[in-house]
Amino acid sequence: MINPYLPYPVRIDDIIVESEDRSLKTFKFVFLDPKDEEKFSYRAGQFAEISIAGVGEIPIGIASSPVEKGFIAFTINRAGKVTSHLHNMKVGDILGVRGPLGKSYPWDTMKGKNLLFIGGGFAFTTLRSSVVYLLHPDNREKYGTIDVVYGSRSPGMLLYLDELKEWEARDDINMHITVDRTDDPNWKYNIGFVPPIAEEKAPKSEGNTYAIVCGPPIMIKFTLPVLEKLGYDHDHIILSLENRMKCGIGVCGRCGIGEQLVCKDGPVFTLAEVNNTPKEF
Amino acid sequence: MQTCINKIREIAARLVKDETIEMVIGFQEGTIPMISPPISVRTADDVEKLTWSSHCCINLANYLTDVKGKVAVFAKGCDSRSIVNHIAEGKVKREDVVIIGVPCNGMMERHTISNLFGDEIEEVVEEDGGTVIVRGKGREEKYRKSDLLRQNCRVCVHKNPVLYDELVADPVDVPEDIKRYEEVEKIEALAINDRWNFFADLISTCIRCYACRDACPTCYCPTCFVDETQPQWVGKGDEEPDVMTFHILRAFHTAGRCTDCGACVSSCPMTINMRAFTKKLEKDCLDLWDWEAGLTPDMRPALETYTPNDPEDNFK
Amino acid sequence: MRILQIQKTDWSAGLEKSRQDYRLIGPVKEGNNVSKFRELAAGEEPDFSISTTTMSPKSVVFPQSEVMFTFTTDSASPDCNIMKVPESSYSPRAIIGIRPFDAAAMNIVKMNFDTPDYRDPYWCDAYEACTFIGLAVTDPESCDFSTSTGTGPFDISGLDVLLIDAGEYFLVEVVTEKGSTWVRSAGFNKEADAESIEVLHSMRKEAKKKIVSTVAFENINKKETLDLYNESYWDSISFPCLNCGTCTYVCPTCWCFDIQDESDRKKGRRMKNWDSCMFPNFTIHTTGHNPRNTKLMRVRQRFMHKLKYHQSKYDKGILCVGCGRCVTSCPVNIDIREVCKQMNNS
Repeated sequence: MINPYLPYPVRIDDIIVESEDRSLKTFKFVFLDPKDEEKFSYRAGQFAEISIAGVGEIPIGIASSPVEKGFIAFTINRAGKVTSHLHNMKVGDILGVRGPLGKSYPWDTMKGKNLLFIGGGFAFTTLRSSVVYLLHPDNREKYGTIDVVYGSRSPGMLLYLDELKEWEARDDINMHITVDRTDDPNWKYNIGFVPPIAEEKAPKSEGNTYAIVCGPPIMIKFTLPVLEKLGYDHDHIILSLENRMKCGIGVCGRCGIGEQLVCKDGPVFTLAEVNNTPKEF
Repeated sequence: MQTCINKIREIAARLVKDETIEMVIGFQEGTIPMISPPISVRTADDVEKLTWSSHCCINLANYLTDVKGKVAVFAKGCDSRSIVNHIAEGKVKREDVVIIGVPCNGMMERHTISNLFGDEIEEVVEEDGGTVIVRGKGREEKYRKSDLLRQNCRVCVHKNPVLYDELVADPVDVPEDIKRYEEVEKIEALAINDRWNFFADLISTCIRCYACRDACPTCYCPTCFVDETQPQWVGKGDEEPDVMTFHILRAFHTAGRCTDCGACVSSCPMTINMRAFTKKLEKDCLDLWDWEAGLTPDMRPALETYTPNDPEDNFK
Repeated sequence: MRILQIQKTDWSAGLEKSRQDYRLIGPVKEGNNVSKFRELAAGEEPDFSISTTTMSPKSVVFPQSEVMFTFTTDSASPDCNIMKVPESSYSPRAIIGIRPFDAAAMNIVKMNFDTPDYRDPYWCDAYEACTFIGLAVTDPESCDFSTSTGTGPFDISGLDVLLIDAGEYFLVEVVTEKGSTWVRSAGFNKEADAESIEVLHSMRKEAKKKIVSTVAFENINKKETLDLYNESYWDSISFPCLNCGTCTYVCPTCWCFDIQDESDRKKGRRMKNWDSCMFPNFTIHTTGHNPRNTKLMRVRQRFMHKLKYHQSKYDKGILCVGCGRCVTSCPVNIDIREVCKQMNNS
């Protein structure tokens, strides 16, 4: 019988510092038992519990993409006990991963539709997973246009900068990269907060576009009215919520918002769903 | 008792009309026998809900800590001392609290009554003259109130409020022959191992619900040390070292501040007498520094102050 | 259903006999006037004089603290940092004297721990190892409102066997195959006569009649979540609350838990500990943001979960069996019956 609390042992294969202030690092994990990788079959938008013996577990969105094989990756902000400990670990260290957990973005529902991704700060991880998945030759034609509005405080705080630039050069995705401010005279992308940039650049919806929004609460607060203005219905606006979690499988009870559990019934919810539940996140 | 209740309602009716006062905090009738829970009264309609009984075991000073604006509160002797302690520690401003003192002849211990009566209790009626009638399962017993009192009330020497704006009734007499520390002396007399075993046994049924801490007016730390996560000082499980750490440390945090109001014991669902920890500290504060908590708002508690006359025997 | 009759003089011997096949767990008095369920030592009998134990028997399958995994952080070990499932025995155990409402609570809690998606092996394995030998409530406490929560004093929905104390003897309803196995193991085999069965029926009727405390919650199900959530009465309901965890810890249907790692040098274990929605730490984020940062919000969460969310989610009534423990244990007498009334009627 499967024990859903038992993490798969993984080895740290690579660590990439993602931000100029070194608060964000991407960790690539390789499963010690290759069979575990098959069991860890995920879709973009899901998360996992990263488990460090003696320290604890932490729920983190999966940043690698289902189309990338041989590893899984997480971009982690150094914030609390577990993430601080993880930031001090080295390549070769052993830890655990439990998952995949939660619901992915609604890939089946969104088939044939246009997609708008709006991300802010370090909440771009599952959006990265999504974009890599969509740009894969097997998947690209299943969806309509793809627009990405992604912003951060400064160029040095943008995640996956090399990839962003690669996508910028493609013609099957419309990138709208922005930073709050920069002194860099060579910065050739947008300057400004995410909500106004989205208002200016994001496509209008005629009922055939889904907006997936991930970012700090303040960004979400100001982005939602913009999306309404652009014609997005509440059931076409998709959010990924965060709450304190422990079990990750809908059992321990702490991440509840109304009758929904963020870990199991989410973390992906439509705005329509969120509107009907207490805002306890 | 009814005179007292009438007076309480009369005072509250006057205070709710005062627009500078946010609310009046007192006690109400419980839905089950032997408990009078706190209530906040804001309107004239609710004044009639206020009551008084020998089951007002909660310390209402506990409800002052995070309240905004000016509030009125009914206070027994111990409650008033906890308010004084709040004022001394800067937790509450004197001008923000209207204290209506209620001289107190002691509150009763519901578990003691249950134990004595045996069957489930349907009704407890207190008569003037110190008799208590207990009814349940078709029978009735009479007890003397003094036999039903909480342990802290039996040894209380501050039955009358120490600080108040008005009194509900005349001060009550305080007997002079109260042996305040008999229970502590018994524990002090134990050999060191037996003493440890005594306390281990005392807390063996603790479920770590923290009712003792949460009922305690002195336990107002925004984050209690047991809830700290970085670093985490104490494990969260039910094993003795962690449970004992909680009780011992909590007791020490209240040293020189605890007024022996007994709210911790009264609140404990497992009927643990955690006063066994705090009463000893109270005695030490009295012996070492001639200090009793909550008697004057002008002095910080014993363990926060130093005077050249302090004994130094305890520094080793 | 098979109905047996056990003379009380034969009870102890049968109980002892069943120890060959079962570990026995039952109600006992502990400390100062409190009681709980725990494993009975050899020769020790369950204390049937206890009406409602202070602590519910949920700890039988959901201990307050339980080891989930063990680990070593010794880099010299090949298993360094890898979680290991500890050796545990789930040998058969008989829970003697569990009250019908507490057994019914197990069925409710099972919906949480045993789902189509995930199965909590700790809870489920312990639960499946149990045979529940219930003791009918013949003399209900005044805070017992179990008849209106879908259970009741003689309810067999969570039981394998129901014992009814009929004075000189026990009447025994053998409810399930599991129950029948325990009865066989204890050597109880005397069929009840028609007269005794008549006694059983009248006792059942009598016990139900004695329960006068009730709750109604049908309207709560019809109301919108956010309407209930935004009601003004939460202020006065929550005012006296101390924010301790008593109500949740004594409750047979509260299942929330925490996961904590504990280490002693290089050895450690991952623990599953009871937790409570009454505690601020339950929901606080790493950033310091706490989505339920006030007492009011936490009190509301508890009652909304029990009386509204659970009802809407499963459509199987409320998350409460009416045992009355929270009513009698709450240090400030916050009474779920009163809260339910307010939610249902206003």
